[in-house]
Amino acid sequence: MHKETAEHAVLAKKFNQDEQRVEWHDETLWWVREKRDKAARSLPEWEDLRETASKIKNNVLSNLSEYLLAFEEKALQNGIQVHWAIDADEHNRIVKDILQKHEVKQIVKSKSMLTEECHLNDYLQKAGVDVIDTDLGERIVQLAGEPPSHIVLPCIHKKKEEIGELFHVHLGTPAGNADPDFLTAAARLHLREKFLTRKIAITGVNFAVAETGEFVVCTNEGNADMGAHLADVHIACMGIEKIIPQRKHLGVFLRLLTRSATGQPITTYSSHFKKPRSGQEIHLVLVDNGRSRQLGREDFRNSLKCIRCGACMNTCPVYRRSGGHSYHTAIAGPIGSILAPNLDMKEYADLPFASTLCGSCTNVCPVKIDIHNQLYKWRQVLVKEGYTPLAKTMSMQGMAFTLANPTLYKMAGKTGKWFMKKTPFLLNNNLNPWYQQREMPEPPKESFHDWYKKNRNLQNGE
Amino acid sequence: MASSRDQILKAVKQNQPPVTELPVISDYAQPFTDVVQKYIDVLHAIGGQVHPVSSYPEISSILKSAFNGKSIFSSSLEIEEIIEKGINYKNAHAFADLELAVITSSLAVAENGAVWITEDMVQERVLPFIAQHLAFIIRADDIVPTMHEAYEQIGDADYGFGTFIAGPSKTADIEQSLVLGAHGPKSLLVFIIMSK
Repeated sequence: MHKETAEHAVLAKKFNQDEQRVEWHDETLWWVREKRDKAARSLPEWEDLRETASKIKNNVLSNLSEYLLAFEEKALQNGIQVHWAIDADEHNRIVKDILQKHEVKQIVKSKSMLTEECHLNDYLQKAGVDVIDTDLGERIVQLAGEPPSHIVLPCIHKKKEEIGELFHVHLGTPAGNADPDFLTAAARLHLREKFLTRKIAITGVNFAVAETGEFVVCTNEGNADMGAHLADVHIACMGIEKIIPQRKHLGVFLRLLTRSATGQPITTYSSHFKKPRSGQEIHLVLVDNGRSRQLGREDFRNSLKCIRCGACMNTCPVYRRSGGHSYHTAIAGPIGSILAPNLDMKEYADLPFASTLCGSCTNVCPVKIDIHNQLYKWRQVLVKEGYTPLAKTMSMQGMAFTLANPTLYKMAGKTGKWFMKKTPFLLNNNLNPWYQQREMPEPPKESFHDWYKKNRNLQNGE
Repeated sequence: MASSRDQILKAVKQNQPPVTELPVISDYAQPFTDVVQKYIDVLHAIGGQVHPVSSYPEISSILKSAFNGKSIFSSSLEIEEIIEKGINYKNAHAFADLELAVITSSLAVAENGAVWITEDMVQERVLPFIAQHLAFIIRADDIVPTMHEAYEQIGDADYGFGTFIAGPSKTADIEQSLVLGAHGPKSLLVFIIMSK
C-alpha cells in the first residue's frame, strides 16, 4: 500500500537536468510575480479587495447548495441547458452525448482546467473526436503531446526554438524560425480556419452568477469568443465552486484576477454569456468531481475559493525550480498540491511535501486561501492514513524517537559530526538526494551542548 | 436512484459550513483625479491607441485615411459614410474577411482601459472578435473610474451577451514575448469624444 517513490522529487530531478532551463524558468516566473506586485501596489485598496473577495467566497461555500439552485433556475430561464455531473466520467459522457446528438466529430476548445482535470481530450480522442485546443499555449503543448505545465501559462516550460520546431513539423512553418511574432501569426491563420469550420466549441468558466444565471469567460487571445460565437453549439464546463452570488461581485473578482495572474489590469476579454444567440445552443455542465467532499473537510474546504490566477505558482520557489509537470496533476504548484489529495490521496501523497512551507503562496493569494497551512495539514492526514513513503515515515519515526531521548540525541550528534569530518563522501554523494545540488556544510568543531557546558563552567568556576 | 443533480445538491448541503455573511463592497476613494487621462494612459500601456476627437466627421476622416479601400463595418449611423456598402453580412461567418469593425459604446473603465459592449450594439456577437482591427467610439463622460462603478451602471441590464474589451487581442505564450493579434483584432483604436 506504500508508494515506493516520491514522484514529485523524481520528476523534478528530470527537469533539473537542464540547469540553464531551470534558471530561465525560475527567472521568467519571478518576473511575472514582480508584475503582479507592481499591479497590486498600484491599488491602495488591494488588501481590502482581497478581504472582500475572500469573504464573498466564504459566503459562497457556506450557501453553495442554494446558490446552485438559484443559478440553475436563472440559467434555464435564460435558455441555457444545464447538466450535472457527479464525476469526471459523467462530465465526459455528457459532452460526448451532446457531440453525438449533433453528429459532430471535430471541435474547438478554449482553456478549461476542469476539462484537463477530467481528461476530456483523451476521452474524446478515444471516441474518435478531433479536439483542437485554441489557446496558443495549449495548442503548443497539445502538438507536443504534453499536458499544460501552468494553469495560466500552459507552455511556460518550452523554449521558442522548440515551439518553432513543433510548428515546422505540424503547421509547415520554415525550419529554424523561432520568432514569437511569426509563430503567433502562423497559429492565428491555422486556428482561424478551425474556428470557422467547427460546429461545436467548448469553453471553461471563470465565474457563474447565481443572481442572473450568466457565466463569465476571461481570455487575452479571444479564442473562447471566436469559438463560441462561430459555433452552433457552445458547451461550457465548470466546477460547482465557480458560483458567485451577484453580478456586482464580478467587479471585485475581475479587479483581482488578472492583476494577480500576470499583472495586467484586466484580461483583454471578459465575456458575459447570458443567453444563447438565436439559433444557437448553450450547454452548461456543472461538475462536482470531489468538490462536495472537499467542502466537508473543514481544514481544506477553503481551497475551493480558488479563482485559478496562478499567483501561487509564480511565487513558489519549488514550482519555479521543478516545473509544472513534476506535479503530475492538472493543476500544479501549491494550490494543485492541496486540491489533488482530495481527488486521490494515494496518487498525490507526494505533493503536499513538495513545498518548503515558506508561505509565499498564501501571501499572494487574491482570495486568501491559507495554502501553506493546508499543505502542512495534508502532510499530517497523509501520514496518518498511511500514504507517505515507508522510508520517510521510518526516518521521521526514528527522528522523533531520537529527539525524545537526550542520551541518544547527544550520541547521534557526536556520531554524525564524526562521520561528516572523517568520511564526508558518505553524505556528499549521489545517494543522498539532499546534497545533489548542494555542498556539505563544514561540521562544527563542537556541539552547542559541549560549548555551553565548557563556557558555563568557565563562568561559574573562575 | 437519485439523479446526479440531487446527489450533488444533497452532498453540498450536507457538507457546507454554517452560513457566513456576504460582505459589503466598500466605497473606495477614487485613486486618480483625471479619469479621462487615466483611461488614455492605461489604454496605451495595454497596446491600444487613443484619439481624443470633438466630432463624428473627425472620426470618419481618421478612419478613412487609415483604412482606405478596406472593408469597414459599423452599426453607428453617424459614420455611415465610411461603411462599406453592398456587403451582405448575413451571418457570423460572413465577417471572416472584415478589416475593421467600429462600435459605439456608452461605458468604459479608466483603471483597465476596458470598453463594455452588449449584443444589441453589434450585428453579430463575433463582430468585435473576428475583425482584423477594431475601433470603439465613446464619450469622455461615459468613462467611469473602476469596475465597481461599471457594474453599478450595468445594474440588472438584461443582455444576451456582454463583454469588456481591453486592448487588442494578445498573447505572451511563447517565452512571455508579448504579441498583439492572437486570434482577435491586431489593433484597437478608441475615439474619445471630448466634452465641450
